[in-house]
Amino acid sequence: MARMTMIEAVRSAMDVCMGRDEDVVVFGEDVGYFGGVFRCTQGLQAKYGKTRCFDAPISESGIVGTAIGMAAYGLKPCVEIQFADYMYPAYDQLTQEAARIRYRSNGDFTCPIVVRMPTGGGIFGGQTHSQSPEALFTHVCGLKVIVPSNPYDAKGLLISAIEDPDPVMFLEPKRLYNGPFDGHHERPVTPWSKHELGDVPEGHYSIPIGKAEIRRKGSAVTVIAYGTMVHVALAAAEETGIDAEVIDLRSLLPLDLDTIVQSVTKTGRCVVVHEATLTSGFGGELVALVQEHCFYHLEVPVVRVTGWDTPYPHAQEWDYFPGPARVGRALTEAMEA
Amino acid sequence: MDEFSRLSLHVPEPAVRPGDQPDFSNVKIPKAGSVPRPEVDVEPEAIRDLAYSIIRVLNREGEAVGPWAGLLSDEELLTGLRHMMMLRAFDARMLMAQRQGKTSFYMQHLGEEAVSCAFRRALRKGDMNFPTYRQAGLLIADDYPMVEMMNQIFSNELDPCHGRQLPVMYTSKEHGFFTISGNLATQYVQAVGWAMASAIKNDTRIAAGWIGDGSTAESDFHSSLVFASTYKAPVILNIVNNQWAISTFQGIARGGSGTFAARGLGFGIPALRVDGNDYLAVYAVARWAAERARRNLGPTLIEYVTYRVGAHSTSDDPSAYRPKTESEAWPLGDPVLRLKKHLILRGAWSDERHAQAEAEIMDQVIQAQKEAESHGTLHAGGRPSVRDIFEGVYAEMPPHIRRQRQKAGY
Repeated sequence: MARMTMIEAVRSAMDVCMGRDEDVVVFGEDVGYFGGVFRCTQGLQAKYGKTRCFDAPISESGIVGTAIGMAAYGLKPCVEIQFADYMYPAYDQLTQEAARIRYRSNGDFTCPIVVRMPTGGGIFGGQTHSQSPEALFTHVCGLKVIVPSNPYDAKGLLISAIEDPDPVMFLEPKRLYNGPFDGHHERPVTPWSKHELGDVPEGHYSIPIGKAEIRRKGSAVTVIAYGTMVHVALAAAEETGIDAEVIDLRSLLPLDLDTIVQSVTKTGRCVVVHEATLTSGFGGELVALVQEHCFYHLEVPVVRVTGWDTPYPHAQEWDYFPGPARVGRALTEAMEA
Repeated sequence: MDEFSRLSLHVPEPAVRPGDQPDFSNVKIPKAGSVPRPEVDVEPEAIRDLAYSIIRVLNREGEAVGPWAGLLSDEELLTGLRHMMMLRAFDARMLMAQRQGKTSFYMQHLGEEAVSCAFRRALRKGDMNFPTYRQAGLLIADDYPMVEMMNQIFSNELDPCHGRQLPVMYTSKEHGFFTISGNLATQYVQAVGWAMASAIKNDTRIAAGWIGDGSTAESDFHSSLVFASTYKAPVILNIVNNQWAISTFQGIARGGSGTFAARGLGFGIPALRVDGNDYLAVYAVARWAAERARRNLGPTLIEYVTYRVGAHSTSDDPSAYRPKTESEAWPLGDPVLRLKKHLILRGAWSDERHAQAEAEIMDQVIQAQKEAESHGTLHAGGRPSVRDIFEGVYAEMPPHIRRQRQKAGY
């Protein structure tokens, strides 16, 4: 067991997979010699050689397009899109190609690729380094979508993703890379070395895709969150003193509906939280599912706390980011109604 | 007074429109045999002219001339002729089947048969094509069963794609034919990726990407050339310039560039233009490019100059956007007739044998069609299961899709 940041955990996952399977290759912008702008691939080129970990031209459609071709050949590419905000040029390749190759060819060809991308805000990255585009992936049948919230899950889920026979979007909340950021930007963040989920096995292990984890048991209200917002929700529960049950989805697609339904059936109240914009966000899907499956158990309408329906601003980051105060107010609202 | 007048936008127009006399005076046709054949390890800078010329082997008399000639035996040429005739007969029957309502859609190859039929013969088993919807010759020339193609076109109970994909969007890993998307240009960069993978694994197999003149305007075309050039991928990048992108003439995608092949020059990729209606020239150039790839010398860009005689698909009428007689005026002729003439000149063929072969091939196609139709057509007979809608989205069906399948009653 080692203490790892989330950066070290995802690096360790790739390292383990590359060591076990020669067909795993890693590439993307700046990922080769330099080791990635967030250093997630540091040392991999030196260890595995430059034909298994290399720099790519600044062309997201090219990175994903070539990865699809490599997967058709039989490799297992794990590529990095430098920021989730840069994935749009690859969207055609992801939605109309990667997601459908198995289906349209009836399994004659498959597409076992992983597309890693740092997601979310909290680093003063402005409009083009802060987005949370997960709903653009969950809307695409054929993709799997993962958003880990800690180093232990990040490694276990990334290993599962690389070993998965289908294309997986792996969104890494960049504000969590170095510690469990809870939205209190005015305070220094606790490093992962001081958090139990920073304990990460050095070898191979995997976490099944499609299984949520309850981060805080509670009886008053269910909070459904993923990524950075898990830690914000935990802080909000402590600060309001409301006995919230906090579900960390980990996988958005496939979704662990059973865990959600069990919890909301028990609490009768539900708050859905994400950083992404409100309208047509993944929260809309979660609310619909809660309504379909838990309607007769609900005491109050489901509440959503999300980013505003505006582009992600720069200077006003902390008025945009749904921090613990806003989540806390939503918890109170869900309890008072 | 300002020295500059107001700006105006340039919108290119084809030389002629419906009602006009066809005019291909802008297509400069060099004499057959006049373009040199460089060594495969030539520096790309040394052969820049080849991106602006047209490599031709068969001359007007039907003789094979020049440095690109002499690669194929009588038997190989007769096989090539049979493949092209088979593709033409297949197209004719399937076009009719579409009109009879046996399928929703069809795309024919009329006039372009040499491109995919000859190219396939320059590849080896194990190589991988990433085709568009107009390269069925790759399958025919690799002896993929016609019945399977028809099962796919009819979306019947034996459709290899289980009814999920549009007609003619075949797939066959075994025959080196990547699943056709129906999207444009996406496959081009995938071909580069496949080739990179083969090089990463120190394999001996190569890839070929296919794109039309119109789709070279897509950004994936640019990405493909960057990646192919950067990593010297063992890939042949084919551009089939059949002059028309549905109703849009090739000048709209080509812009100010002299030729489509010339797009390769800025990437340092050897770029050749070839007479796409000349089976021998297509084969010779494809083999040259394949040898480059196999010798780890990197990618080659090839522009096949040809003409789409038929409509884009069964959904458009060319007489609405180009002169009706334009195909007759096309200066590079018909690929089947040209090869036939050459074989007769070689003493290996005759008009009688050709007529007999035509009848035999049509009979084969009709027999295959009967067999396919016995397993259903789009609206009649055997069809894929409704369960097939839900299966194969993922390797393992996730719970939400299972719930939806149950809701649909399956």
